[in-house]
Amino acid sequence: VFPWFGLDIGGTLVKLVYFEPKDITAEEEEEEVENLKSIRKYLTSNVAYGSTGIRDVHLELKDLTLCGRKGNLHFIRFPTHDMPAFIQMGSEKHFSSLHTTLCATGGGAYKFEQDFRTMGDLQLCKVDELDCLIKGVLYIDSVGFNGHSECYYFENPTDAERCQKLPFNLENPYPLLLVNIGSGVSILAVYSKENYKRVTGTSLGGGTFFGLCCLLTGCSTFEEALEMASRGDSTKVDKLVRDIYGGDYERFGLPGWAVASSFGNMMSKEKRESVSKEDLAKATLITITNNIGSIARMCALNENINRVVFVGNFLRINTISMRLLAYALDYWSKGQLKALFLEHEGYFGAVGALLELLDSA
Amino acid sequence: GGSLTKLAYYSTVQHKVARVRSFDHSGKDIENEPLYEISVQEEITARLHFIKFENTYIETCLDFIKDHLVNTETKVIKATGGGAYKFKDLIEKKLGLKVDKEDVMTCLIKGCNFVLRNIPHEVFAYQKDSDTEFRFQTNHPNIFPYLLVNIGSGVSIVKVETEDKFEWIGGSSIGGGTFWGLGALLTKTKKFDELLQLASKGQHTNVDMLVKDVYGGAYQTLGLSGNLIASSFGKSTTADKEFSKEDMAKSLLHMISNDIGQLACLYAKLHNLDKIYFGGFFIRGHPVTMRTITYSINFFSKGEVQALFLRHEGYLGAIGAFLKGAEQDNPNQYSWGENYAGSSGLMSTSPDVYPMQRSRSGTFDMLEMDRLERPLVNLPLLKDPSTYIPDTVDLTDDALARKYWLTCFEEALDGVAKRAAASQPDSVDAPERAEKFRQKYWNKLQTLRQQPFAYGTLTVRSLLDTREHCLNEFNFPDPYSKVKQKENGIALKCFQSVIESLDSLGWEERQFALVKGLLAGNVFDWGAKAVSDVLESEPQFGFEEAKSKLQERPWLEDSYSQWLERLKEGPPHKCALIFADNSGIDIILGVFPFVRELLSRGTEVILACNSGPALNDVTYSESLIVTERIAAMDPVIQSALREEKLLLVQTGSSSPCLDLSRLDKGLAVLVRERQTDLVIIEGMGRAIHTNYYAALNCESLKLAVIKNSWLADRLGGKIFSVIFKYEVPCK
Repeated sequence: VFPWFGLDIGGTLVKLVYFEPKDITAEEEEEEVENLKSIRKYLTSNVAYGSTGIRDVHLELKDLTLCGRKGNLHFIRFPTHDMPAFIQMGSEKHFSSLHTTLCATGGGAYKFEQDFRTMGDLQLCKVDELDCLIKGVLYIDSVGFNGHSECYYFENPTDAERCQKLPFNLENPYPLLLVNIGSGVSILAVYSKENYKRVTGTSLGGGTFFGLCCLLTGCSTFEEALEMASRGDSTKVDKLVRDIYGGDYERFGLPGWAVASSFGNMMSKEKRESVSKEDLAKATLITITNNIGSIARMCALNENINRVVFVGNFLRINTISMRLLAYALDYWSKGQLKALFLEHEGYFGAVGALLELLDSA
Repeated sequence: GGSLTKLAYYSTVQHKVARVRSFDHSGKDIENEPLYEISVQEEITARLHFIKFENTYIETCLDFIKDHLVNTETKVIKATGGGAYKFKDLIEKKLGLKVDKEDVMTCLIKGCNFVLRNIPHEVFAYQKDSDTEFRFQTNHPNIFPYLLVNIGSGVSIVKVETEDKFEWIGGSSIGGGTFWGLGALLTKTKKFDELLQLASKGQHTNVDMLVKDVYGGAYQTLGLSGNLIASSFGKSTTADKEFSKEDMAKSLLHMISNDIGQLACLYAKLHNLDKIYFGGFFIRGHPVTMRTITYSINFFSKGEVQALFLRHEGYLGAIGAFLKGAEQDNPNQYSWGENYAGSSGLMSTSPDVYPMQRSRSGTFDMLEMDRLERPLVNLPLLKDPSTYIPDTVDLTDDALARKYWLTCFEEALDGVAKRAAASQPDSVDAPERAEKFRQKYWNKLQTLRQQPFAYGTLTVRSLLDTREHCLNEFNFPDPYSKVKQKENGIALKCFQSVIESLDSLGWEERQFALVKGLLAGNVFDWGAKAVSDVLESEPQFGFEEAKSKLQERPWLEDSYSQWLERLKEGPPHKCALIFADNSGIDIILGVFPFVRELLSRGTEVILACNSGPALNDVTYSESLIVTERIAAMDPVIQSALREEKLLLVQTGSSSPCLDLSRLDKGLAVLVRERQTDLVIIEGMGRAIHTNYYAALNCESLKLAVIKNSWLADRLGGKIFSVIFKYEVPCK
């Protein structure tokens, strides 16, 4: 029964995937109820919904065959604080009359379950976040990205001229370390489709970057924060090894450019007064990214895994972090670890939820 | 350092020691002469001093050094830390010495090894919500390997494997500098301490996104509690809301502490280590950060790893720099002891913990360590040196006992001071010094009332030792020397008649009389107020009177029958090690007849007495004279001495109690050589306050008379109750 949705309600963002069937027969068209039609039209004919909902058109997967049906997969996101409005809309469009199941994952599946029932007259089918994530990753990677590779890595990540984004074949993915960077971070060791464990997590994630940026710079969107960061210079804010030792700290094999103390220069009043908001945004981004890289690297070593796949919406339009992760992992592991990325960054949970729906049907 | 200077210097300290010397008795009227000569001599001992003060006083400090620098050979001064660069020129100009900069981390680790090896109760775990916030750890005989996590402006994680082998295995840029720098930006608060103050008043839940904010409750499948932080600063992702400084500081503190704890656990796991010591300015003396780091380590290691802290963490770099400079003198070949009289307690400069000390001087703190004449080691017979705890009652834990003993020591103080002054009748300034001693010890007791954890676990032993240290500080090396001299003389005169009456008894009766004699001898303890009152007022109180005071059998702790059975049925012991207690009747009429019986059975005896004086305890040098005199009267003792079947050794200690993990190396060697299979520990200090629960690899006898009614009451008995504890290790 259409419509096919997968919903992932995170701490900051709601991710929605929608399968738009393209092989609808005339009879089906005939039988399709008005409500369903209007939902399909609404979603596919717009790229923005309300003031905050956005369809990531560039991520759309075309001519996908799913459960014997051909169609396009659409990727939509909106802030979690607009969840009540979303439920309200569902109610206005009489979603419940379609007698379909809505599969949802993420913390919000629990938090908003009651609201869905009372406001939208909808019974959510809650599915586990980590199951969905892994399912989603494996599925999207297997179908590819409209003929291109879903998975990629960076060559020469720190060299502006020579840095290249190259496809990576994830055909034999196991074992892999999956680092999901949303508001917070979860790190999973995946040994097979069913066999995985959550190794650890950290509260220093995308939410921390954005939250600190709001406080430090007064910015109001993630995009704005990233844009400021791209223009800043974190070395004015951070204390580097060379600021303390005049160069490399050879006793410990630490290069002079390494950050010795994040925000360490900000202990001095004069330096606090001389940095720009852009510098602060950049330092925040570098601090959070390096820390995630460092924890991921330690987990990879402890779990004896050398491929690390980074996903999550923190990486959306965030080449600075991706290149830094790629470099840091390679440098500190002396070439032993490889950082990998996926084109559909933050949508795997939602894809997994959609797949759960189809499996259960 | 960034704000504090830590100075280490070595000095020789001239202080008075009591010496005893045998007279040449030939042709003299032995009857009316004292047994031996007592003299007070000047002795020079080595001491390490460490002081800590604010950098603003550095010039005053340099002037002080210039005035007191006695060794004109000195050409260099070792320095480490950030300030070594900052103050280099000033130091060189003022002192005319070349500044030799030493690597920070090397110094830190050298210092760390030094305190771990030499200071009992150096290490503690911090538990905010328990009655005793500071849980001191027993020193493990092997301190390696360990992880040192130094949280300065950044974080360094170092794995230390041996004295000279250590490796930087990782670090993090998110450290104290991040808390300070980012905190200053967020809250416009400039000082580190003020930021911590703010943090301790804040609510992080207003700023952080918790698991329950995302899930509406706990994340059940993963067992993540709803109160867990899902995203630090995750609620501040908005431009329109104001957040309080306190809340932001708290959130930042949690974020940084959790992150450091997580990384430390990951490194500990990778390198298979379970001891992590934390240091650096982020930790130093701050209960707030010790608490958050401890929480984080517990959380991330699921309780498998313990976060540990060091009492003298702030001094590590200075100690290490000093050790580097003193390498040719090899300070590590010696054992050192913390001098309680000259050291500030833990947290003495923390305004949170020590409001009453605040008025004195902001951050002045000191540590003194005496170089011990001989190296100290474990008794080889300890069953498990890593879990051995000398002290029976932990007064930091036991509030009732703490109150009692502190009061008890307070009440005895006037008497002790009076006796100290009286012990030096020829010295004009003795009363003045005695008063200074009284004040110093009184102040220590008040500090301990407020902060029982100031010098590690508070115990009766530490209270006694602190008193001895304070007495020595004011040149009262041996207030009981004359009392001991007199009592030894009197007891010697009775020796032969005691032996005669013992020899007239049948075997079984004699065994009992010997034990009773040993116990009666132990009544003569000037450290116990109940006894010293009697001894002061009844000079005729003697051996027989003491016997009549003893509890009748069955004793409070009574395994005498098993002991008798053992003597009757078993083969003679190969060698017995006896820790003696008091001078006079105790050693001469109690211990020696017992020793004589053991020797007659074919058992060799090692008689161990204190190296230095404590109360009326017999010292090693006194024991030599006493033994010589007994040998002159008694052929059994004489031949045993000649054939080296009776050996006199020193314990290495100057305490009325006994720490079996810090004993003279010579004693330990002998114990092993002679295949010692029986240990006898005598007296309240050595067998009750300490070692009551000590487990040994061989048979042991612990005997004492309880000369304190409160303690007797606690153990379920009355004053002069007897403890006779014979133990055989389980096979």
